[in-house]
Amino acid sequence: MVTVKVEFLGGLDVIFDKQRIHMVNVDSSETPTVKDLIDYIVKNMIRNPNDVDVFIENGTIRPGILTLINDTDWELEGGEEYELEDGDVISFTSTLHGG
Amino acid sequence: MSFVPPSDPVNKKQVKVSQLCELCRCRKAIIRRPKNLQKICKSCFFHVFETEIHNTIVNNNLFYRGEKVAIGASGGKDSTVLAYVLKLLNDRYDYGIELVLLSIDEGIVGYRDDSLATVKRNQVQYGLPLEIISYRELYDWTMDEIVACAGVRSSCTYCGVFRRQALDRGSSKLGISHVVTGHNADDMAETVLMNILRGDVARLEKSTAIITQSSGSPIKRSKPFKYSYQKEIVLYAHYKKLDYFSTECSYAPEAFRGTARELMKNLEMVRPSCIIDIIHSGENLVLKPKKPKRTGTPKQMEVRTDGSVSLGFVDGNKCEKCGYLSSNRICKACMLLEGLENNRAKVTLDNDTSTQGTARLTRTLESLKF
Ligand code: SF4
Ligand SMILES: [Zn+2]
Ligand SMILES: [Zn+2]
Repeated sequence: MVTVKVEFLGGLDVIFDKQRIHMVNVDSSETPTVKDLIDYIVKNMIRNPNDVDVFIENGTIRPGILTLINDTDWELEGGEEYELEDGDVISFTSTLHGG
Repeated sequence: MSFVPPSDPVNKKQVKVSQLCELCRCRKAIIRRPKNLQKICKSCFFHVFETEIHNTIVNNNLFYRGEKVAIGASGGKDSTVLAYVLKLLNDRYDYGIELVLLSIDEGIVGYRDDSLATVKRNQVQYGLPLEIISYRELYDWTMDEIVACAGVRSSCTYCGVFRRQALDRGSSKLGISHVVTGHNADDMAETVLMNILRGDVARLEKSTAIITQSSGSPIKRSKPFKYSYQKEIVLYAHYKKLDYFSTECSYAPEAFRGTARELMKNLEMVRPSCIIDIIHSGENLVLKPKKPKRTGTPKQMEVRTDGSVSLGFVDGNKCEKCGYLSSNRICKACMLLEGLENNRAKVTLDNDTSTQGTARLTRTLESLKF
């Protein structure tokens, strides 16, 4: 099991009980990846099923949401395939909210 | 409400050579710039982001020494980063300008009151003076009252007309004739796309201007973020841990705007440079000059009741009611106000709660299918 810190920023916290910071335990037989984390978030953390579309589009993070792994753009870290480690900080920031 | 900054992750892993910043080659690259796909580190990102804005300012002669400049500040990410960066650049490059935060209080409970709290914190954080102009004191109406009276559908029409005038009046009050706004490259590309989709050629040509000023108006507006990507503005705010407000206005619908935005975000996924490309195309679209119409009759003149002569629809005319610049005898804001006043008596106080609440975002996003 791996424990990571997950942050929902830039207005995304509205679909997570207005909590910006969450500690999340991801369980998986193999080393869990960011993909596993996203599945976990969708399954267990988004209360209202209608809100899933705010976060996910076509099976992945919606365009317009920035995903950072330890402050690095996830594209530079292997995207969904990145293997989580204890203490990692994964942040999701909406660029679409407010102006 | 207070500000919870994002955490400061530490990178424990060894950095591979292939992960190094393409500019300084000594730190780990943390982002890939959408403009040119360059992989760069945090310090280089700060440096290029700020320098590009500086170059935009200098190349377009946005400011002159001694100029008083109002930053249209909403507490949102764009205007917060704008205030931070302009203050920084003014100190670094000695533009010699005087910056003021100018905020509009539309009177929207649960939205504007919270975002104004952010602006008030920014005022302290950046050490800039702040002026708040409210619809209530200017027009004797709050947006909440207007929505109760005229319905949620037209809220942004009212709000937009009133905001324009409020910004102008606010700056005049402060003796300022230049307002900068946080409009960024994404906003501009979106406007270009929308005007193309609508076939609005008249607006298309003006939509990429960095400075806009209606003739005769004492207030000019400019967009120092014209070439700055939304993504980089948000990243900048994130890495600098700037305190910004990101809740959506409860009345924001703008379905059409949403779809153009959505289209662009999808385009950006495939080809990140598309935003700059669209702006570039917009800049190069020039209207064919219209053939001048031959008119034999002399221009019509209208003699007003006080004996003065109106020169027809000429910019520089003033509204007869409030004195605000207007091409018609009565400005748009006064016209809207008149309609509202006539309705005020009829308003019954049925509280329509469906127009409020946070489900708005979901609703908009639901309607965003192509
Ligand atoms: S969303 Fe509409 S009503 Fe709300 S602040 Fe913006 S323009 Fe005004
Ligand atoms: Zn670097
Ligand atoms: Zn008027």
